[in-house]
Amino acid sequence: MTDNYCERPTSLLLAGILLLIVAAGCRNEAAAPDHRSELRSIKLATTTSTDNSGLLAELLPPFQAMYGIEVQVIAVGTGRAIKHGENGDVDVILVHARAAEDRFVESGFGVNRRDVMHNDFVVLGPAEDPARIKGSADVAQALRKLAATESFFVSRGDDSGTHKKEMALWEAAGVPPEGDWYLPAGQGMGAVLTIANEKRAYALTDRGTYQAYRDKLALEVLVEGDRRLYNPYGVIAVNPARHSDARYIDAMTFIGWITSPEGQAIIRGFKRGGEVLFTPDAVLDGGAGAD
Amino acid sequence: MGGADFIADSVTTAFGLIFGGAPGVFSAVLVSLQVSVTAAFLCTVIGVPLGFAVAVSNFRGRHLLITLLNTLMALPTVVVGLFVYAFITRQSLLGPLDLLFTRKAMIVGEVILGLPIIIALTNTAISALDRQVRDTAITLGAGRLRVSLTMLWEGRFGLLAAIAATFGRLIGEVGIAMMLGGNIAAHTRNITTALALETSKGEFSVAMALGIVLLTVALGVNFALRYLQGRGEVRP
Repeated sequence: MTDNYCERPTSLLLAGILLLIVAAGCRNEAAAPDHRSELRSIKLATTTSTDNSGLLAELLPPFQAMYGIEVQVIAVGTGRAIKHGENGDVDVILVHARAAEDRFVESGFGVNRRDVMHNDFVVLGPAEDPARIKGSADVAQALRKLAATESFFVSRGDDSGTHKKEMALWEAAGVPPEGDWYLPAGQGMGAVLTIANEKRAYALTDRGTYQAYRDKLALEVLVEGDRRLYNPYGVIAVNPARHSDARYIDAMTFIGWITSPEGQAIIRGFKRGGEVLFTPDAVLDGGAGAD
Repeated sequence: MGGADFIADSVTTAFGLIFGGAPGVFSAVLVSLQVSVTAAFLCTVIGVPLGFAVAVSNFRGRHLLITLLNTLMALPTVVVGLFVYAFITRQSLLGPLDLLFTRKAMIVGEVILGLPIIIALTNTAISALDRQVRDTAITLGAGRLRVSLTMLWEGRFGLLAAIAATFGRLIGEVGIAMMLGGNIAAHTRNITTALALETSKGEFSVAMALGIVLLTVALGVNFALRYLQGRGEVRP
C-alpha cells in the first residue's frame, strides 16, 4: 500500500510531463504555417550546396521580415528538387543543372527561370596526387589520367547537379567511368568529400562545399579554372497553370527578391572562412556579361 | 582525433545541446516526441484491438495473416515513405489535403510503419496467455467485453513491451521523416533527420551528440512506460 502511494505521484508526474511536451508540440503545429494562416509560406526545393553552406540562413530572414513570407527549405539533390517541382510538391526551386533546368521549363513544369549566381567546380585529390593531374588546365585530360592510372574517384552517383556535371565531364573526356577505382557513393556532397578524404581518393565538388569543409579535409584543389567547370544556379517558379495550388505570387516575390540588388548584395557579401562562396549573376554591373 | 576523444567530445557536445538550450535542438526534440508519441498512440488504439482480434479468433488464413504481419515488420522505412508520397503528392488522390512535408504526413507514415509491429506483438502477447484465463473469466460469468478486458489486463506486460517496441522503432526511424517531412528546420526537422544532416555535413561530434539526445528522450519515455507497468505489478 505504501509502495503504491509512493509510486503514483512519480508516474503521474512523468505522464504529465509527457503530455505537456506533446501539447507544446501541438500548439507549435497550430501556430506553424502548415496551413495558410497569417504568416504565409512557400516551399523551396534546393540543393544541399546552397543550404549546407549557410547561404540560405543569410538570405531568407531578411526576405521573411520584408514580405511576411516564410520559406520552408527542402534541401535535396538537384534531380530530386526538380522532381518535386514537376510533381507540384514545392512552389519554387533553386538548382544547378542548366540542361535539366531548361528541360523542366520547356516541358511546362516551370516558368520564369532567372540566373541567380555561380561558383565553380574543382577536382580535389590527395596531396601525393598519384595520377599527376595537379595544375592541369584541361579537366577532360585530367579525368583521362585518373582513368588510365585507375586512381580512386568518389562520385556522387545520386543524379544531383554535381553528378550531372561529372557525367558530362566524363563524356567530354571520352572515357567511361567504370572499374574498381570508380566509387559512386549515392550520397550528398559532404558525405562524398568525407569518403574521398578517408580513401585518399579524387572527387569533383563545387567550390562552396569544399570551402565549408576544408578544415576537415586533407584533400587539395588539383584542377580548377577550366571553362567547363562553371557552375551556375537558377531559380524557377513552379508553373501555376500546371499546379493551381502552387503559391505562384509568393514564389515570384521570392524570385524577385533573390535577384534584386538587396538579395544579390547578400550573396556577394556571404563569406565562409573569409572567402566569398558565390558570385551573383542577376544584377549586372553597367550591363556587363554575367560571367 | 582518436576514437576515445571523439566519444568524449560527443558526450560533452550532447550535454551542451541538452542543457545549452540550442533552439534547433529543442524544436527537433519536440518534433520527434510529438510525431512519435502521437503515432505510437494511434498505433496502440488501432493495433491493440486488431492484434487482440487476431489472437482470439479462429478463421481461415489466420496463420498466413500472422506470417504476413511478421514479414511487414521488416518494412523498410523508405518504402513506407514512397508509398505514402504516392498518395499525398500534389497531383494525387490526397494531394489537395496539403499533407506533404508536414508533421501530419510523418505521423501517417509512422502509423503505417508501426501497425504491423504492434498487431503482431499484441497477437503474441495475448496468444501466450494461459487458456485458463479466458475459461476462468467465462466460468465466473463474465460477458464478452469483460472477458476481453480481463485478457488484456493479464497480458499487460506483453502489451507494454509491444508499445515500447513500436515507439522505439518510430522515434529511431529516419527514412519516413526525411521523405515525408522534408527535414524543414523548425517544422519537420526531428532528431534523426538533424542527425543525418549533421553527418552529411561532416559534423560527426554534433551528430553523435544528437544520437545521445535521442536515446535520452527514448529513455525518458520508456521510464514512463515502466512506471505504468510497475504500478500494475503492485495491484494483484
